[in-house]
Amino acid sequence: MRSPVGPMGEADAAVGAYPDEHHAYDVQAASFCYGRSPGREGRWVLSDVSLHVESGEILGIVGPNGSGKTSLVKLLAKLAVPQRGTLSLFGRNLADLSREETARTVAFVPQESAPAFPFTVAETVLMGRYPHRSQSRWSLGFGWEDREDCAAAAQAMATMDIGHLASRAVTDLSGGERQRAMIACALAQTPRVLLLDEPTAFLDLQHQLEICSVLRRLTDEQGLTVVIVSHDLNLASQYCDRIVMLRAGSVYAMGMPSDVLSVDALRTVYGCEVLIDPHPESGLPRITLPRQVVPLRV
Amino acid sequence: MIPSTGHPTSPASTLVSPPLSSANRHPSVPATGQERPFQGAILTPARWCLIMGSLSVVAMILAVVCLQLGTQYIGFGKIIGLLSSALFDQAMDNDALKTTSVILLQVRLPRVFLGFLVGVCLASVGVALQALLRNPLADPYVLGVSSGAALGVAVAVLFGIGTTVLAFSLLPVCGFLGGLVALLVVYRMAATYDRLPIHSVLLAGVILNAIFSALIMFITSIMEPNRSFGMMAWLMGSLTAPAYPALAALSVYLLIGLFLLFKQVRVLNILALGEEPARSLGIDTERAKRVIFLVSALLTGAVVSVSGMIGFIGMVIPHAVRLVIGADHRLLLPASALVGGIVLMVADTMARTVFVPSEVPVGIITALAGGPFFVYLLVWRKDRLA
Repeated sequence: MRSPVGPMGEADAAVGAYPDEHHAYDVQAASFCYGRSPGREGRWVLSDVSLHVESGEILGIVGPNGSGKTSLVKLLAKLAVPQRGTLSLFGRNLADLSREETARTVAFVPQESAPAFPFTVAETVLMGRYPHRSQSRWSLGFGWEDREDCAAAAQAMATMDIGHLASRAVTDLSGGERQRAMIACALAQTPRVLLLDEPTAFLDLQHQLEICSVLRRLTDEQGLTVVIVSHDLNLASQYCDRIVMLRAGSVYAMGMPSDVLSVDALRTVYGCEVLIDPHPESGLPRITLPRQVVPLRV
Repeated sequence: MIPSTGHPTSPASTLVSPPLSSANRHPSVPATGQERPFQGAILTPARWCLIMGSLSVVAMILAVVCLQLGTQYIGFGKIIGLLSSALFDQAMDNDALKTTSVILLQVRLPRVFLGFLVGVCLASVGVALQALLRNPLADPYVLGVSSGAALGVAVAVLFGIGTTVLAFSLLPVCGFLGGLVALLVVYRMAATYDRLPIHSVLLAGVILNAIFSALIMFITSIMEPNRSFGMMAWLMGSLTAPAYPALAALSVYLLIGLFLLFKQVRVLNILALGEEPARSLGIDTERAKRVIFLVSALLTGAVVSVSGMIGFIGMVIPHAVRLVIGADHRLLLPASALVGGIVLMVADTMARTVFVPSEVPVGIITALAGGPFFVYLLVWRKDRLA
């Protein structure tokens, strides 16, 4: 909308376009509800949320069901717009960015998504190149993939270790393979920020670890910023630099895993008693469910 | 007791480390040396041209065959001769030749052309609706869009619009309005929280179909008998071609609709991922949906106003073509359009030749062929639809 950038040079253009390179996101007092207004009871899905995401970190968003995790990540992806408050992306107001500009900077992997039709894995991953290809009025909407698109997609597929699946239909894949294909699709977007909603929910242990270590590597080597919504507190503890814990639509705690994940905090937020001890390898908190349910009223 | 029963972290030191270190086996920059990394896995312009080219050739051959067949067989040489003499305005001296010429030029040619055009439109609308609703069973007929359009046309005919001079231009518009209402109602009924469950879309279509059919039958029953008979014949789906000027105007109308739909092919691809992923890829999904809805209703309305309710072309053809050539809409849409045209053209030729001297409405043939296919998909390919 603002700067019509061609398919080639937008990486450079984008870098110049963002004034603040250190803060991927800065969320100021954002309140959000579905519909136009919170209604009679005044129920906000998110109320007065302020937080920031450092460039190049992995931020985990945790919290019980219905605490607003998914809504928060949708605000970050600009799939929803807060009724109050502002969000800025690398120093620019998110509301001012065009859809395409946002899509070239931020990639979002929703909880469970896959094409409804038997696209091949390569075709699916190449869909991530959509915001990078020029939309000529006379191309009749065809827009064939050029070499750059194929290279980006091939690299994304290699990163997610699905290169061998290129010509398989996504509808025939296992859940883990499909999830990796969708993440590869997001990586092919060559984003600077990757938003993931429950990326490990349906994966077995090996694939959970693989995805987490790939994300770690991408942030360390390429400076990718990752925001990850997760139910798995242990995964969040081991792989996230910082954790935001939501409770009923507002930020309950934010900080390093060792500061946020305490027995008291989890008791308040989740309403149950857990055991926390240091992880034998990393020393980070490890959360364990107790053997017997302790009756508890907060 | 503090056992971490069944938790992955218990023998942590051995379990966690291998995947971490093995992360290095992912090569980070592999693709630069490769010229064509996805050979065979993606659609290329060459493959597009090959498939579309061969389909066009098949379409042309079959069109000639359809022109030859009928109550009177017309040989290939005769067809060429008659066509060229018609084109270059040569006078004809032979009476028998004149009759043949009338049969060919005034009856068969417009009818074959109309059949092809209607098939093209129905299949294209089917592709677009299937992508938009992320539902491989969507079809203008099944979803009640056709019956909505038919209701619009029936109302117009009831109030006499169909017999005035304006009839030609107004009937497709009435069909368009009826189809649009049906499409919006189906979408509203089926869309629950951003998701479009396959079965609720179909249920919404079933209910709409029931309501619209009742209204159409009501209208038919209060008409004068001779008009209501024509109405019934039209409803069953028949391809009796209008005169050339009307046919030409209709083609222009339909070609504009098809052009607008074909411009959306890449958007259709990405809409198949889901609405939210499409929006996060930078697509204005609301606008895309509006365009696709409008164009689908436009095409369906126009098609229904000339040929009545011809079902299942829009569902069976895209499905079958997708199985063979893949799901990329850049090829799927035009290829389905051609195949749809070919199939309807052939089906109509069967309708008017197999049961000579009587003629079967082509809608009955497509429904008899397409209905069982629908049942097959619903019953035996459930896994594919989930």
